[in-house]
Amino acid sequence: MSTPSRKDPLSRQDIAHLARLARLAVTDEELDLFAGQLEAVLDAVAHVGQADVEDVPPTTHAVPMTNVMRPDVARPSLPREVVLAGAPAAEDDRIRVPRILGEEA
Amino acid sequence: MSTDRLVDFDEVLTRYEPVIGLETHVELGTASKMFCGCSTTFGGEPNTQTCPVCLGLPGSLPVANAAAIESTIRIGLALGCRIATWCRFARKNYFYPDIPKGFQTTQYDEPLCTAGHLDVEVDGETYRVEIERVHLEEDTGKNLHVGGATGRIHGADHSLIDYNRAGIPLVEIVTRPIPGAGAKAPEVAKAYVTELREILLALGVSEVRMEQGNLRCDVNTSLAPIGSLEWGTRTETKNVNSLRSVERAVRFEMRRQAALLDGDVRILQETRHFHEDTGTTSPGRSKEEATDYRYFPEPDLVPVAPDEEWVGKLLADLPELPAARRARLSEEWGIAPTEMAWLVNAGAVGLVGDTVAAGASPADARKWWLGELARRANDAGVELAELAVTPAQVAELVGLVSAGTINDQLARQALDGVLAGEGGPAQVVESRGLAVLGESDELVTAVDAAIEGNPDVAEKVRGGKVQAIGALVGAVMKTTRGKADAATVKRMLEERLC
Repeated sequence: MSTPSRKDPLSRQDIAHLARLARLAVTDEELDLFAGQLEAVLDAVAHVGQADVEDVPPTTHAVPMTNVMRPDVARPSLPREVVLAGAPAAEDDRIRVPRILGEEA
Repeated sequence: MSTDRLVDFDEVLTRYEPVIGLETHVELGTASKMFCGCSTTFGGEPNTQTCPVCLGLPGSLPVANAAAIESTIRIGLALGCRIATWCRFARKNYFYPDIPKGFQTTQYDEPLCTAGHLDVEVDGETYRVEIERVHLEEDTGKNLHVGGATGRIHGADHSLIDYNRAGIPLVEIVTRPIPGAGAKAPEVAKAYVTELREILLALGVSEVRMEQGNLRCDVNTSLAPIGSLEWGTRTETKNVNSLRSVERAVRFEMRRQAALLDGDVRILQETRHFHEDTGTTSPGRSKEEATDYRYFPEPDLVPVAPDEEWVGKLLADLPELPAARRARLSEEWGIAPTEMAWLVNAGAVGLVGDTVAAGASPADARKWWLGELARRANDAGVELAELAVTPAQVAELVGLVSAGTINDQLARQALDGVLAGEGGPAQVVESRGLAVLGESDELVTAVDAAIEGNPDVAEKVRGGKVQAIGALVGAVMKTTRGKADAATVKRMLEERLC
């Protein structure tokens, strides 16, 4: 996973694209607001790139551990009524969602 | 209904060279899900096999299933892959209701296994399929579209989701592009999936039941003008869920793309859906709408670092793989590679092997599975393995024939009983009264009755026309409803008449 390059400043289109991927409704005014704010955040983070890391091995994970696994044993699941109670809508023991557009299952 | 113009398959090959590629998803047969302890049992009541982890509820933390990681490494080893010494899971972010977390936990640029190969044989020629990668991820939930005429998403009012399948370990096996198969491209694609399935069965990592969706294929196809140095634009056909359909999908795409290229129409790089009923494909999500997945390393799971000792042990413990097994069995059974190829195509290698192991001779086992049983399976429209008879029962049947208890004709009647669920062969022979009659009173009566009932024929035989005895044998067989042994009957008649 490569380091993102910071060449071009964030555009309104970038923000609109990210908002669409995150399913966020963003107004025109907010596009300008967020573009400026996110640009400032990215600039701040970009300072990290100035550190001399020549001899430092990359940190790959916050916890220095590998191979944490569980044995393959089935355990009881949640009762269905508990699961469905947490959903906005249910029908026929399944979670009901609005029509899915644009793609065939 | 497809309205695509198609070029005749043989004609496609006069102008174009196909390149194919396959992505195969295999649901592992673990007892529990990939990152939680929910059961993976197929066919459970909707949403009864879920928990905070596989539903992506806040605060839940995944822990990797050791057996799933082990199975993935074993698949990689069986395919001659390099096993990563260190790799991570990644999040593939997208919103779709069948993925409750808002991302799929998968592997991105650090797959567990890379750079393997699988040799497949088509019409006596070997094709090497290079394996690009084998990685581990989780399956999605199941959508049910309500309100549409056909259960499809188009025209549906809303959808209902069952998350029992969400989080079941899924292994994705990706080939490198396979050029150079020419006219054999559709068959090479099918042979690859067939052989892969055999390997997965031998490893015991999955039930690989295609009808239950344990094994699902995406088939990539492209065409380039013959002699062209560049490959054409590929399409990715999804929903290809039977071995036969893998072949049909490649064939259809070759014919469809050739018609477009002939008319100077650009091939769109797109996902297409395969329709089992018509054998056609139709466009799915186009490239323009393809989602930006924003992959990043999964922070909730620690890296997987299979050490040499573990991988070495898994390698040493691999079972005999199908290709090696076939080579050994051809030798042991004394059959030619072509006959072994028939057994492979009929899906009968394991069945014959198990029948031999249960005591039948290789020749008898092959005769029954490729003959009578293949006919039954064909008539019923099922695979050999789906017939309601076990290799042990076939061996028992063969044993009854060689012991002279029944003949081939009675054995077929006994088989009817076994397939009808009346029990094992010996049991059916007993309950249906199928055993061959020895020189019992019943047979003596039948023989005497045949002579009495056919005085003209009997006289001819007495007069030296020995071949006329056939009619009397036939009469006895008729009265005993095939239960007599013809040679015994003939001998008994001769004793009385000659």
